[in-house]
Amino acid sequence: MANKNSTNKHEIVEKNVGLMAILTVFAISFGALVEITPLMFQKDTTQPVDGLRPLTALEMEGRDIYIREGCYGCHSQMIRPFRDEVERYGHYSVAGESVWDHPFQWGSKRTGPDLARVGQRYSDDWHYAHLMDPRSVVPESNMPAYPWLDKNVLDGKLTAKKLEVFKGFGVPYTEEDIKGAEEAVKGKTEMQALIAYLQQLGTHLK
Amino acid sequence: MTSFWSIWVIVLTVACLALIFGLLLWNLKNYTGVEEGESCGHEFDGIEELNNPLPKWWTIMFFACFVWSVFYLAAYPGLGNWAGLFKWTSSNQGVTSMAESKQAVIEAHENGERVQLDQEYRAADERFGPIFKQYASQDIETLVKDEKALEIGQRLFAQNCAQCHGSDGRGGLGFPNLTDNDWLYGGTPDKIKETLLNGRVAAMPGWKDALGEQGIKEMTAYVLSLSGRTVNQKDADAGKAKFAMCAACHGMDGKGSVAHNLPFGAPNLTDNIWLYGGSQRAVEETLNHGRQGVMPAWKDILGEDKVHLLTAYVYSLSNAQ
Repeated sequence: MANKNSTNKHEIVEKNVGLMAILTVFAISFGALVEITPLMFQKDTTQPVDGLRPLTALEMEGRDIYIREGCYGCHSQMIRPFRDEVERYGHYSVAGESVWDHPFQWGSKRTGPDLARVGQRYSDDWHYAHLMDPRSVVPESNMPAYPWLDKNVLDGKLTAKKLEVFKGFGVPYTEEDIKGAEEAVKGKTEMQALIAYLQQLGTHLK
Repeated sequence: MTSFWSIWVIVLTVACLALIFGLLLWNLKNYTGVEEGESCGHEFDGIEELNNPLPKWWTIMFFACFVWSVFYLAAYPGLGNWAGLFKWTSSNQGVTSMAESKQAVIEAHENGERVQLDQEYRAADERFGPIFKQYASQDIETLVKDEKALEIGQRLFAQNCAQCHGSDGRGGLGFPNLTDNDWLYGGTPDKIKETLLNGRVAAMPGWKDALGEQGIKEMTAYVLSLSGRTVNQKDADAGKAKFAMCAACHGMDGKGSVAHNLPFGAPNLTDNIWLYGGSQRAVEETLNHGRQGVMPAWKDILGEDKVHLLTAYVYSLSNAQ
Protein backbone atom coordinates (compact mmCIF):
# COMPACT_ATOMS: atom_id res chain seq x y z
CA MET A 1 0.00 0.00 0.00
CA ALA A 2 2.91 2.34 -0.56
CA ASN A 3 2.07 5.85 -1.46
CA LYS A 4 1.93 5.90 -5.20
CA ASN A 5 2.27 9.62 -5.37
CA SER A 6 5.73 10.14 -6.87
CA THR A 7 5.96 13.67 -5.49
CA ASN A 8 6.69 12.36 -1.96
CA LYS A 9 10.49 12.62 -2.22
CA HIS A 10 10.97 12.21 1.50
CA GLU A 11 9.91 8.61 1.13
CA ILE A 12 13.01 7.92 -0.99
CA VAL A 13 15.26 8.72 1.99
CA GLU A 14 13.01 6.98 4.47
CA LYS A 15 13.04 3.73 2.60
CA ASN A 16 16.65 3.63 1.41
CA VAL A 17 19.05 2.96 4.28
CA GLY A 18 22.21 3.32 2.15
CA LEU A 19 21.20 6.75 0.90
CA MET A 20 20.20 7.79 4.41
CA ALA A 21 23.63 6.74 5.72
CA ILE A 22 25.41 8.74 3.04
CA LEU A 23 23.31 11.82 3.78
CA THR A 24 23.88 11.41 7.53
CA VAL A 25 27.67 11.30 7.06
CA PHE A 26 27.38 14.32 4.78
CA ALA A 27 25.48 16.26 7.43
CA ILE A 28 27.86 15.33 10.26
CA SER A 29 31.00 15.96 8.21
CA PHE A 30 30.36 19.71 8.24
CA GLY A 31 31.26 19.91 11.93
CA ALA A 32 34.52 18.00 11.49
CA LEU A 33 35.50 19.86 8.34
CA VAL A 34 34.98 23.22 10.01
CA GLU A 35 36.23 22.49 13.53
CA ILE A 36 38.94 19.82 13.15
CA THR A 37 40.49 19.97 9.68
CA PRO A 38 41.78 23.57 9.87
CA LEU A 39 43.54 22.82 13.21
CA MET A 40 45.85 20.39 11.45
CA PHE A 41 47.25 23.26 9.42
CA GLN A 42 47.29 26.09 11.99
CA LYS A 43 50.56 27.52 13.30
CA ASP A 44 48.78 27.96 16.64
CA THR A 45 48.21 24.23 17.02
CA THR A 46 51.19 22.69 15.23
CA GLN A 47 54.07 24.92 16.38
CA PRO A 48 55.80 23.78 19.58
CA VAL A 49 56.27 26.35 22.36
CA ASP A 50 59.78 27.83 22.44
CA GLY A 51 61.02 25.72 25.34
CA LEU A 52 59.61 22.37 24.23
CA ARG A 53 61.96 19.40 24.09
CA PRO A 54 61.17 15.74 23.39
CA LEU A 55 60.74 13.47 26.41
CA THR A 56 63.96 11.74 27.45
CA ALA A 57 64.08 7.96 27.24
CA LEU A 58 63.33 7.66 30.97
CA GLU A 59 60.46 10.17 30.80
CA MET A 60 59.04 8.27 27.83
CA GLU A 61 58.96 5.08 29.91
CA GLY A 62 57.35 7.10 32.68
CA ARG A 63 54.69 8.30 30.26
CA ASP A 64 53.88 4.72 29.34
CA ILE A 65 53.53 3.83 33.02
CA TYR A 66 51.28 6.86 33.46
CA ILE A 67 49.08 5.44 30.71
CA ARG A 68 49.34 1.82 31.89
CA GLU A 69 48.27 2.69 35.43
CA GLY A 70 45.39 4.75 34.10
CA CYS A 71 46.48 7.98 35.79
CA TYR A 72 44.53 9.87 33.11
CA GLY A 73 41.35 8.34 34.54
CA CYS A 74 41.51 10.67 37.54
CA HIS A 75 44.00 13.36 36.51
CA SER A 76 43.63 15.79 33.63
CA GLN A 77 46.53 17.61 32.01
CA MET A 78 44.65 20.62 30.78
CA ILE A 79 44.47 23.91 32.64
CA ARG A 80 41.52 25.82 31.25
CA PRO A 81 41.77 29.60 30.92
CA PHE A 82 39.71 30.46 34.01
CA ARG A 83 41.15 32.47 36.87
CA ASP A 84 40.38 29.85 39.50
CA GLU A 85 42.29 27.23 37.54
CA VAL A 86 45.19 29.48 36.62
CA GLU A 87 45.54 30.60 40.27
CA ARG A 88 45.67 27.01 41.42
CA TYR A 89 47.65 25.26 38.71
CA GLY A 90 49.55 27.94 36.80
CA HIS A 91 49.44 29.36 33.28
CA TYR A 92 46.62 27.87 31.19
CA SER A 93 47.69 25.07 28.86
CA VAL A 94 48.51 26.07 25.29
CA ALA A 95 48.37 23.88 22.20
CA GLY A 96 52.08 24.24 21.49
CA GLU A 97 52.89 22.26 24.64
CA SER A 98 51.14 19.12 23.39
CA VAL A 99 52.28 18.92 19.79
CA TRP A 100 54.71 16.09 20.54
CA ASP A 101 52.29 14.08 22.68
CA HIS A 102 50.90 11.04 20.89
CA PRO A 103 48.30 10.71 22.16
CA PHE A 104 47.99 13.78 24.38
CA GLN A 105 47.09 13.15 28.01
CA TRP A 106 44.60 15.99 28.47
CA GLY A 107 42.08 13.68 30.11
CA SER A 108 38.60 14.81 31.02
CA LYS A 109 38.11 13.70 34.61
CA ARG A 110 39.42 15.31 37.76
CA THR A 111 39.03 13.06 40.76
CA GLY A 112 42.55 14.20 41.61
CA PRO A 113 44.04 17.56 40.72
CA ASP A 114 45.16 18.60 37.26
CA LEU A 115 48.77 17.64 36.55
CA ALA A 116 49.52 19.81 33.52
CA ARG A 117 52.06 21.86 35.54
CA VAL A 118 52.91 19.55 38.39
CA GLY A 119 56.57 19.45 37.26
CA GLN A 120 58.99 20.90 39.85
CA ARG A 121 56.14 21.77 42.19
CA TYR A 122 57.09 19.00 44.61
CA SER A 123 60.42 17.31 45.27
CA ASP A 124 61.28 13.86 43.92
CA ASP A 125 61.17 12.60 47.49
CA TRP A 126 57.63 13.89 47.86
CA HIS A 127 56.50 12.06 44.73
CA TYR A 128 58.17 8.91 45.99
CA ALA A 129 56.45 9.12 49.36
CA HIS A 130 53.15 10.05 47.70
CA LEU A 131 53.16 7.23 45.15
CA MET A 132 54.20 4.66 47.75
CA ASP A 133 51.46 5.77 50.13
CA PRO A 134 49.46 8.90 49.24
CA ARG A 135 48.06 9.21 52.76
CA SER A 136 51.53 9.57 54.25
CA VAL A 137 51.70 13.10 52.87
CA VAL A 138 48.06 13.96 52.07
CA PRO A 139 45.92 12.37 54.81
CA GLU A 140 42.60 13.09 53.10
CA SER A 141 43.70 11.69 49.72
CA ASN A 142 41.71 8.87 48.12
CA MET A 143 44.39 8.05 45.56
CA PRO A 144 45.48 4.41 45.40
CA ALA A 145 49.05 3.51 46.35
CA TYR A 146 51.44 2.26 43.69
CA PRO A 147 54.17 0.48 45.67
CA TRP A 148 54.99 -2.03 42.92
CA LEU A 149 56.44 0.78 40.81
CA ASP A 150 59.38 0.80 43.19
CA LYS A 151 59.98 -2.93 42.67
CA ASN A 152 59.57 -3.21 38.91
CA VAL A 153 62.85 -2.60 37.13
CA LEU A 154 62.96 -1.49 33.51
CA ASP A 155 64.99 -3.50 31.02
CA GLY A 156 64.77 -0.85 28.30
CA LYS A 157 64.37 -3.40 25.52
CA LEU A 158 61.57 -1.49 23.80
CA THR A 159 62.61 2.05 24.68
CA ALA A 160 64.59 2.70 21.51
CA LYS A 161 61.69 1.38 19.43
CA LYS A 162 59.33 3.76 21.21
CA LEU A 163 61.52 6.76 20.46
CA GLU A 164 61.80 5.62 16.85
CA VAL A 165 58.02 5.42 16.51
CA PHE A 166 57.72 8.91 17.95
CA LYS A 167 60.36 10.11 15.52
CA GLY A 168 58.06 8.84 12.81
CA PHE A 169 55.33 11.10 14.28
CA GLY A 170 57.65 14.07 13.80
CA VAL A 171 59.19 14.32 17.27
CA PRO A 172 62.81 15.41 16.72
CA TYR A 173 64.71 12.54 18.32
CA THR A 174 68.31 12.20 17.18
CA GLU A 175 70.02 8.93 16.26
CA GLU A 176 72.01 9.36 19.46
CA ASP A 177 68.85 9.59 21.57
CA ILE A 178 67.59 6.37 20.06
CA LYS A 179 70.90 4.55 20.38
CA GLY A 180 71.34 5.55 24.00
CA ALA A 181 67.72 4.87 24.99
CA GLU A 182 68.15 1.36 26.35
CA GLU A 183 71.24 2.32 28.32
CA ALA A 184 69.44 5.37 29.75
CA VAL A 185 66.58 3.42 31.34
CA LYS A 186 68.10 0.01 32.03
CA GLY A 187 68.09 -0.81 35.71
CA LYS A 188 65.93 2.20 36.65
CA THR A 189 62.73 1.48 38.53
CA GLU A 190 59.31 2.29 37.12
CA MET A 191 58.99 4.70 40.05
CA GLN A 192 62.01 6.66 38.86
CA ALA A 193 60.63 6.76 35.34
CA LEU A 194 57.19 7.98 36.41
CA ILE A 195 58.66 10.65 38.68
CA ALA A 196 60.94 11.81 35.85
CA TYR A 197 57.88 12.10 33.62
CA LEU A 198 55.87 14.00 36.23
CA GLN A 199 58.71 16.39 37.03
CA GLN A 200 58.88 17.71 33.45
CA LEU A 201 55.12 18.23 33.02
CA GLY A 202 54.32 21.81 32.11
CA THR A 203 57.86 23.07 32.59
CA HIS A 204 58.43 23.83 28.91
CA LEU A 205 56.40 27.01 28.66
CA LYS A 206 59.05 29.40 29.89
CA MET B 1 44.55 31.55 10.48
CA THR B 2 45.55 31.91 6.84
CA SER B 3 42.92 33.40 4.56
CA PHE B 4 42.46 30.05 2.84
CA TRP B 5 41.34 28.37 6.06
CA SER B 6 39.37 31.43 7.07
CA ILE B 7 37.41 31.24 3.80
CA TRP B 8 37.11 27.46 4.21
CA VAL B 9 35.48 27.88 7.61
CA ILE B 10 33.21 30.71 6.49
CA VAL B 11 32.02 29.00 3.31
CA LEU B 12 31.30 25.68 5.03
CA THR B 13 29.58 27.29 7.99
CA VAL B 14 27.38 29.50 5.84
CA ALA B 15 26.66 26.66 3.42
CA CYS B 16 25.66 24.42 6.30
CA LEU B 17 23.31 27.05 7.71
CA ALA B 18 21.85 27.68 4.26
CA LEU B 19 21.21 23.97 3.75
CA ILE B 20 19.51 23.66 7.11
CA PHE B 21 17.38 26.70 6.38
CA GLY B 22 16.45 25.35 2.94
CA LEU B 23 15.57 21.99 4.44
CA LEU B 24 13.29 23.64 6.94
CA LEU B 25 11.51 25.73 4.32
CA TRP B 26 11.15 22.71 2.10
CA ASN B 27 9.54 20.73 4.89
CA LEU B 28 7.02 23.43 5.67
CA LYS B 29 5.08 22.79 2.46
CA ASN B 30 3.05 19.72 1.75
CA TYR B 31 4.43 18.00 -1.34
CA THR B 32 3.06 14.57 -0.58
CA GLY B 33 -0.21 14.85 -2.36
CA VAL B 34 -1.94 13.68 0.79
CA GLU B 35 -4.26 16.05 2.59
CA GLU B 36 -3.10 17.27 6.01
CA GLY B 37 -4.34 14.95 8.72
CA GLU B 38 -5.07 12.20 6.23
CA SER B 39 -3.43 8.79 6.23
CA CYS B 40 -0.16 8.45 4.34
CA GLY B 41 -1.42 5.14 3.17
CA HIS B 42 0.71 2.77 5.14
CA GLU B 43 0.44 1.12 8.52
CA PHE B 44 2.68 -1.20 10.52
CA ASP B 45 1.27 -3.43 13.25
CA GLY B 46 -1.81 -1.29 13.32
CA ILE B 47 0.08 1.97 13.66
CA GLU B 48 -0.84 4.32 10.90
CA GLU B 49 1.16 7.37 9.78
CA LEU B 50 -0.87 10.49 9.29
CA ASN B 51 0.41 13.37 7.22
CA ASN B 52 0.64 15.90 10.02
CA PRO B 53 2.51 19.17 9.58
CA LEU B 54 5.61 20.05 11.67
CA PRO B 55 4.49 21.13 15.16
CA LYS B 56 4.23 24.89 15.40
CA TRP B 57 6.23 25.26 18.62
CA TRP B 58 9.01 23.16 17.10
CA THR B 59 9.09 25.17 13.90
CA ILE B 60 9.20 28.44 15.83
CA MET B 61 12.10 27.16 17.92
CA PHE B 62 13.94 26.13 14.80
CA PHE B 63 13.59 29.63 13.38
CA ALA B 64 14.63 31.13 16.69
CA CYS B 65 17.79 29.00 16.75
CA PHE B 66 18.54 30.11 13.24
CA VAL B 67 18.19 33.77 14.13
CA TRP B 68 20.33 33.13 17.21
CA SER B 69 23.07 31.55 15.09
CA VAL B 70 23.21 34.61 12.87
CA PHE B 71 23.48 36.89 15.88
CA TYR B 72 26.03 34.61 17.53
CA LEU B 73 28.30 34.38 14.51
CA ALA B 74 28.20 38.15 14.11
CA ALA B 75 28.98 38.82 17.79
CA TYR B 76 31.47 36.10 18.64
CA PRO B 77 34.46 34.55 16.87
CA GLY B 78 33.18 31.68 14.74
CA LEU B 79 33.51 32.69 11.13
CA GLY B 80 37.19 32.21 10.33
CA ASN B 81 39.20 35.32 11.10
CA TRP B 82 36.15 37.40 11.95
CA ALA B 83 36.79 38.43 15.57
CA GLY B 84 33.15 39.22 16.27
CA LEU B 85 31.51 42.53 17.10
CA PHE B 86 32.33 42.12 20.81
CA LYS B 87 35.98 41.28 20.09
CA TRP B 88 35.56 38.62 22.75
CA THR B 89 37.85 35.64 23.23
CA SER B 90 38.45 33.28 26.15
CA SER B 91 42.24 33.63 26.32
CA ASN B 92 45.27 34.61 24.29
CA GLN B 93 45.79 31.42 22.37
CA GLY B 94 48.84 30.34 20.44
CA VAL B 95 51.39 31.96 22.74
CA THR B 96 54.70 30.10 22.73
CA SER B 97 56.43 31.54 25.80
CA MET B 98 55.62 33.27 29.09
CA ALA B 99 57.04 36.52 27.73
CA GLU B 100 54.75 36.27 24.70
CA SER B 101 51.82 35.52 26.98
CA LYS B 102 52.48 38.65 29.05
CA GLN B 103 52.91 40.70 25.89
CA ALA B 104 49.65 39.34 24.48
CA VAL B 105 47.77 40.51 27.57
CA ILE B 106 49.10 44.05 27.11
CA GLU B 107 48.43 44.10 23.37
CA ALA B 108 44.92 42.75 23.65
CA HIS B 109 44.13 45.40 26.25
CA GLU B 110 45.52 48.17 24.05
CA ASN B 111 43.54 46.94 21.05
CA GLY B 112 40.36 46.95 23.07
CA GLU B 113 39.87 43.19 22.78
CA ARG B 114 37.79 41.52 25.43
CA VAL B 115 39.88 38.60 26.64
CA GLN B 116 37.82 36.81 29.28
CA LEU B 117 40.73 35.54 31.39
CA ASP B 118 42.56 38.87 31.30
CA GLN B 119 39.39 40.64 32.39
CA GLU B 120 38.90 38.21 35.27
CA TYR B 121 42.45 38.90 36.38
CA ARG B 122 42.10 42.64 36.03
CA ALA B 123 38.97 42.58 38.16
CA ALA B 124 40.68 40.41 40.77
CA ASP B 125 43.75 42.63 40.82
CA GLU B 126 41.59 45.67 41.36
CA ARG B 127 39.91 44.01 44.29
CA PHE B 128 42.74 42.05 45.91
CA GLY B 129 45.82 43.83 44.59
CA PRO B 130 45.67 46.74 47.04
CA ILE B 131 45.23 44.34 49.96
CA PHE B 132 48.33 42.35 49.04
CA LYS B 133 50.26 45.55 48.23
CA GLN B 134 49.42 47.01 51.59
CA TYR B 135 50.65 43.89 53.38
CA ALA B 136 53.73 43.72 51.17
CA SER B 137 54.81 47.14 52.41
CA GLN B 138 54.74 46.06 56.07
CA ASP B 139 57.57 44.12 57.61
CA ILE B 140 57.15 40.58 58.85
CA GLU B 141 57.34 41.47 62.55
CA THR B 142 54.32 43.73 62.09
CA LEU B 143 52.37 41.21 60.03
CA VAL B 144 52.85 38.50 62.63
CA LYS B 145 50.62 40.57 64.93
CA ASP B 146 47.99 41.08 62.22
CA GLU B 147 45.31 38.40 62.48
CA LYS B 148 43.88 39.06 59.04
CA ALA B 149 47.30 38.78 57.41
CA LEU B 150 47.97 35.49 59.16
CA GLU B 151 44.58 34.20 58.08
CA ILE B 152 45.42 34.86 54.43
CA GLY B 153 48.85 33.33 54.99
CA GLN B 154 47.27 30.27 56.52
CA ARG B 155 45.04 29.77 53.46
CA LEU B 156 47.97 30.11 51.12
CA PHE B 157 49.82 27.60 53.27
CA ALA B 158 46.97 25.08 53.16
CA GLN B 159 46.76 25.42 49.39
CA ASN B 160 50.44 25.29 48.53
CA CYS B 161 52.57 24.05 51.42
CA ALA B 162 50.49 21.56 53.40
CA GLN B 163 51.11 18.77 50.88
CA CYS B 164 54.65 18.42 52.26
CA HIS B 165 54.74 20.27 55.56
CA GLY B 166 51.32 19.16 56.74
CA SER B 167 48.29 21.36 57.40
CA ASP B 168 49.65 22.13 60.88
CA GLY B 169 53.14 22.85 59.52
CA ARG B 170 54.69 20.08 61.58
CA GLY B 171 56.18 18.33 58.55
CA GLY B 172 56.82 14.64 58.20
CA LEU B 173 59.56 12.21 57.39
CA GLY B 174 61.84 14.13 55.03
CA PHE B 175 59.77 17.31 55.23
CA PRO B 176 60.86 19.82 57.85
CA ASN B 177 58.74 20.73 60.85
CA LEU B 178 58.15 24.48 60.63
CA THR B 179 56.91 24.96 64.17
CA ASP B 180 59.98 23.97 66.21
CA ASN B 181 62.48 26.78 65.64
CA ASP B 182 65.02 24.32 64.23
CA TRP B 183 66.02 25.73 60.86
CA LEU B 184 68.03 24.25 58.01
CA TYR B 185 68.57 27.56 56.23
CA GLY B 186 67.86 30.05 58.96
CA GLY B 187 64.65 31.18 60.64
CA THR B 188 64.87 34.93 60.28
CA PRO B 189 62.08 36.48 58.16
CA ASP B 190 64.60 37.28 55.42
CA LYS B 191 65.91 33.74 55.28
CA ILE B 192 62.43 32.21 55.30
CA LYS B 193 61.40 34.50 52.47
CA GLU B 194 64.53 33.61 50.52
CA THR B 195 63.73 29.93 50.93
CA LEU B 196 60.15 30.42 49.78
CA LEU B 197 61.02 32.56 46.78
CA ASN B 198 63.93 30.62 45.34
CA GLY B 199 63.60 27.17 46.84
CA ARG B 200 66.45 25.14 48.30
CA VAL B 201 68.39 22.12 47.15
CA ALA B 202 70.26 20.12 49.76
CA ALA B 203 72.64 17.32 48.89
CA MET B 204 73.99 14.98 51.52
CA PRO B 205 76.23 12.49 49.74
CA GLY B 206 76.21 8.78 50.53
CA TRP B 207 79.25 7.51 52.44
CA LYS B 208 78.81 3.80 51.87
CA ASP B 209 81.90 3.44 49.71
CA ALA B 210 84.09 5.83 51.66
CA LEU B 211 83.27 4.50 55.14
CA GLY B 212 82.45 0.85 54.61
CA GLU B 213 80.03 -1.12 56.76
CA GLN B 214 82.03 -0.83 59.95
CA GLY B 215 82.72 2.85 59.33
CA ILE B 216 78.99 3.57 58.90
CA LYS B 217 78.27 1.77 62.16
CA GLU B 218 80.89 3.83 63.99
CA MET B 219 79.78 7.12 62.48
CA THR B 220 76.16 6.34 63.34
CA ALA B 221 77.18 5.75 66.95
CA TYR B 222 79.04 9.05 67.10
CA VAL B 223 76.22 11.03 65.44
CA LEU B 224 73.69 9.57 67.87
CA SER B 225 75.98 10.36 70.80
CA LEU B 226 75.97 14.04 69.78
CA SER B 227 72.41 14.41 71.01
CA GLY B 228 73.13 12.55 74.22
CA ARG B 229 71.97 9.08 73.17
CA THR B 230 73.51 6.03 74.78
CA VAL B 231 75.80 4.32 72.28
CA ASN B 232 78.71 1.93 72.11
CA GLN B 233 81.49 4.29 73.24
CA LYS B 234 84.23 2.46 71.34
CA ASP B 235 82.31 2.81 68.08
CA ALA B 236 81.53 6.45 68.81
CA ASP B 237 85.19 7.28 69.44
CA ALA B 238 86.18 5.62 66.18
CA GLY B 239 83.45 7.61 64.41
CA LYS B 240 84.60 10.86 66.01
CA ALA B 241 88.08 10.35 64.58
CA LYS B 242 86.60 10.45 61.08
CA PHE B 243 84.04 13.22 61.68
CA ALA B 244 86.18 15.78 59.83
CA MET B 245 84.63 14.58 56.58
CA CYS B 246 81.20 15.61 57.90
CA ALA B 247 82.39 18.84 59.47
CA ALA B 248 82.62 20.68 56.14
CA CYS B 249 78.82 20.99 56.18
CA HIS B 250 77.70 20.10 59.73
CA GLY B 251 80.54 21.91 61.49
CA MET B 252 83.18 20.26 63.69
CA ASP B 253 80.76 20.43 66.64
CA GLY B 254 77.94 18.93 64.51
CA LYS B 255 75.70 21.93 65.15
CA GLY B 256 74.78 22.28 61.50
CA SER B 257 75.30 24.85 58.79
CA VAL B 258 73.01 27.53 60.21
CA ALA B 259 75.09 27.72 63.39
CA HIS B 260 78.18 28.22 61.27
CA ASN B 261 76.62 30.61 58.76
CA LEU B 262 76.98 28.13 55.93
CA PRO B 263 74.37 27.83 53.15
CA PHE B 264 74.27 24.03 52.84
CA GLY B 265 71.13 23.26 54.78
CA ALA B 266 73.01 20.65 56.81
CA PRO B 267 70.98 19.85 59.95
CA ASN B 268 72.09 20.36 63.51
CA LEU B 269 73.03 16.85 64.69
CA THR B 270 73.07 17.69 68.38
CA ASP B 271 69.44 18.65 69.05
CA ASN B 272 67.76 15.25 68.71
CA ILE B 273 65.52 16.56 65.91
CA TRP B 274 65.68 14.20 62.96
CA LEU B 275 64.46 15.12 59.50
CA TYR B 276 64.83 11.58 58.18
CA GLY B 277 64.34 9.67 61.40
CA GLY B 278 66.58 9.26 64.43
CA SER B 279 66.60 5.50 64.79
CA GLN B 280 69.90 3.76 64.33
CA ARG B 281 68.59 2.23 61.12
CA ALA B 282 67.40 5.57 59.73
CA VAL B 283 70.69 7.29 60.47
CA GLU B 284 72.59 4.40 58.88
CA GLU B 285 70.36 4.70 55.81
CA THR B 286 71.11 8.42 55.62
CA LEU B 287 74.84 7.84 55.93
CA ASN B 288 74.87 5.00 53.41
CA HIS B 289 72.83 6.56 50.63
CA GLY B 290 72.76 10.28 51.37
CA ARG B 291 69.68 12.54 51.23
CA GLN B 292 68.44 15.05 48.69
CA GLY B 293 66.06 17.50 50.27
CA VAL B 294 64.39 19.82 47.76
CA MET B 295 62.20 22.80 48.50
CA PRO B 296 60.55 24.07 45.28
CA ALA B 297 60.71 27.76 44.33
CA TRP B 298 57.45 29.73 44.64
CA LYS B 299 58.40 33.09 43.19
CA ASP B 300 56.91 32.41 39.74
CA ILE B 301 53.93 30.47 41.01
CA LEU B 302 52.75 32.77 43.81
CA GLY B 303 54.49 36.09 43.20
CA GLU B 304 56.36 38.14 45.80
CA ASP B 305 53.34 39.69 47.53
CA LYS B 306 51.79 36.37 48.42
CA VAL B 307 55.15 34.93 49.42
CA HIS B 308 55.50 37.87 51.81
CA LEU B 309 52.29 36.89 53.59
CA LEU B 310 53.32 33.24 53.60
CA THR B 311 56.62 34.24 55.18
CA ALA B 312 54.71 35.95 57.96
CA TYR B 313 52.58 32.88 58.52
CA VAL B 314 55.53 30.46 58.53
CA TYR B 315 57.43 32.78 60.85
CA SER B 316 54.43 32.94 63.17
CA LEU B 317 54.37 29.15 63.52
CA SER B 318 57.52 29.14 65.62
CA ASN B 319 57.30 32.68 66.95
CA ALA B 320 53.91 32.74 68.63
CA GLN B 321 52.83 36.20 69.69
